[in-house]
Amino acid sequence: MKPRVAFFDFASCEGCQLQIANLEEEVLDLISIVDLVSFREVMKEHSDEYDIAIIEGSIMRPIDEERLRKIRSRAKILVALGACACIGGVNKIRNQWTPDNVKKEVYKDADIDDNDYFDVFETKAVNEVVPVDAYIHGCPIDRDEFKKVVTAVAMGKKPDIPTYPVCVECKKNENECLFEQGKFCIGPITRAGCGAICPTNGSPCEGCRGILKKPQVECVMDILKRYDLTYDEMKRRCTMYNYNEEEGC
Amino acid sequence: MSKDVSINVHHLTRVEGHGNIVLDVEKGEIQKIQWQVPEAPRFFEAMLRGRHYDELRAITSRICGICSIGHSLASLKATEDALDVKISEQSDMLRHLAINAENMQSHILHVGYLVAPDLFGVGSVFPLAGSNHHEELLKIVKLHRISNYMSDLICGRTTHPIRLVVGGFSMVPKEKELLKLKEELTGIIEPTKEIAEVILSVADKLPNFTRETEYIGLKSDKEYALYDGDIASTDTGVFKDSHNYKEIMQEFVVPQSTAKYAKHNRESYMAGALARFNLNSDQLHPLAKEVANMFKLKAVCYNPFMNNISQVVEFVHNIEDSIMWIDKLVENGIKDEKPVSVKLKEGRGVGVVEVPRGILLHDYTIDEKGNCVKANCIIPTNQNHANIQLDMEKFVPEILDKSEKEIELNLEMLVRAYDPCISCSTHYLDVKFV
Repeated sequence: MKPRVAFFDFASCEGCQLQIANLEEEVLDLISIVDLVSFREVMKEHSDEYDIAIIEGSIMRPIDEERLRKIRSRAKILVALGACACIGGVNKIRNQWTPDNVKKEVYKDADIDDNDYFDVFETKAVNEVVPVDAYIHGCPIDRDEFKKVVTAVAMGKKPDIPTYPVCVECKKNENECLFEQGKFCIGPITRAGCGAICPTNGSPCEGCRGILKKPQVECVMDILKRYDLTYDEMKRRCTMYNYNEEEGC
Repeated sequence: MSKDVSINVHHLTRVEGHGNIVLDVEKGEIQKIQWQVPEAPRFFEAMLRGRHYDELRAITSRICGICSIGHSLASLKATEDALDVKISEQSDMLRHLAINAENMQSHILHVGYLVAPDLFGVGSVFPLAGSNHHEELLKIVKLHRISNYMSDLICGRTTHPIRLVVGGFSMVPKEKELLKLKEELTGIIEPTKEIAEVILSVADKLPNFTRETEYIGLKSDKEYALYDGDIASTDTGVFKDSHNYKEIMQEFVVPQSTAKYAKHNRESYMAGALARFNLNSDQLHPLAKEVANMFKLKAVCYNPFMNNISQVVEFVHNIEDSIMWIDKLVENGIKDEKPVSVKLKEGRGVGVVEVPRGILLHDYTIDEKGNCVKANCIIPTNQNHANIQLDMEKFVPEILDKSEKEIELNLEMLVRAYDPCISCSTHYLDVKFV
């Protein structure tokens, strides 16, 4: 029997789910190996019986947390889809302020105290609320990696996610190092798997796939020294996707 | 009539983001009609505080996965306005291509994948695979694929573009890539016409509903405005001073929605493809005009369901427009330009573009160190929420004789016609409850 797959979205831009539509003709291959039973963005049908739940987005509110726990209790396997779900992503930028501070900045004096819709806590990644079985990193996710991870999970295997930096893929693409062009790139400490798509298009890596658990600290310090750059600047650049991530930077 | 109707569509499907429709009718009397937006607020404008000017585009692109190219362009235009950066003619032409590409991929996704199932009486596009509409489905997928290929080529990636940077492009396409793109675009003209014919054959499923309202979008002397132009209204004409946009786009908050509502000359207005068509239909390219005629679409059209058809018309226009820009670029010769360099200065900048769902505006204040101190974004879907609500209030009494299931479907189709992008619309700032 084909595994039953359901998609759910929380605080996000829904761009990662869009990558499923962007598989184009291959979507038809995808639905030949799994049964899509819930995918609100593109289908009306919905079922609460599923084997694999794929979660996009960060968790912002008690009502979201409750919904996520329910999904976890129904799913055999839970997959985090994209940076917002895997590491919190840009949604965590606001964690440098308290929820009250950003609410005040945004809603001013509006009376929203007893309204569940507006009741936010600090942004959480999915694994800060429930256990996660597999991760599909990136902002947005890479379509090929999505296919690989879903195929692995559907076959009961552990997906193979790179533990080396973006630089490895960047070198393979024969790009000139962006530090040579005077740009500040955090590819040396960021998890690969994207094919170094940003540097290959002339823009620095911003760390959307997360900071490596064991970065090559000596190499990184060497780069900073060679190009006369500061560790503080590197740390600051990490905050776009990896706010509060102590490991690595 | 004395019937009871109770509809509660919790998390409407086949739209971007979370929206609910609530309808309560007791003994033929309407007790409650409400369009609710419970999407989690994301506080983008608060997050931009203190960020360096060269990060604003990348962060605001993440407001919306579908219109990330449009957010990027609005962001760049606002940043460049604040810092007095003038981009090259080539960058300007490439940005026109970028906005056409996004409009195409978003419109075909909406009409082909999200709206078509209603017209064919199915719950999603998936049942169309293997059905007697299989061939049409493959054509739609092809149009979607070519649109994304164009976005990839110009922007480096279709969702969250990479090459769009302050001052121009981090990398430009090669001449032979553009010529290949032209060949692909020319190749989809026929299939696009065929899909338009298919939609025409089921277009009678779109309800014949009208409500007079105001339409707001960009307007330009030069072209059918998408990348550039002045804010304009079908009620009050052209407004030249985009820095004072708050006079036109007056946002307010209602408790049933984490997204703002907006109004101008009336209680509500509409933005999007139909608004653009109503303002600028004379400036469409020839084939697009032909397709509009095919559907008997004429300005000013007050039927919101015709927004779907306006998107089909614009899709054709975008193909024609893109071919025109490619020809110009190739004629001028593609130069391997670097982005224009930036001199830091204090300033405020406003950037306005048309994105698939309507007029989009970013407003930044940048300090002398190049950091953002204040930001505001006006999102198309926010501008439509009030109009959706008022449409529902007029529409429901007109369809109360239908079955509950049909009423529900009709209301879903109404919201879907606006192609709402709800994640986008809950980004928030500077608001008051009414």
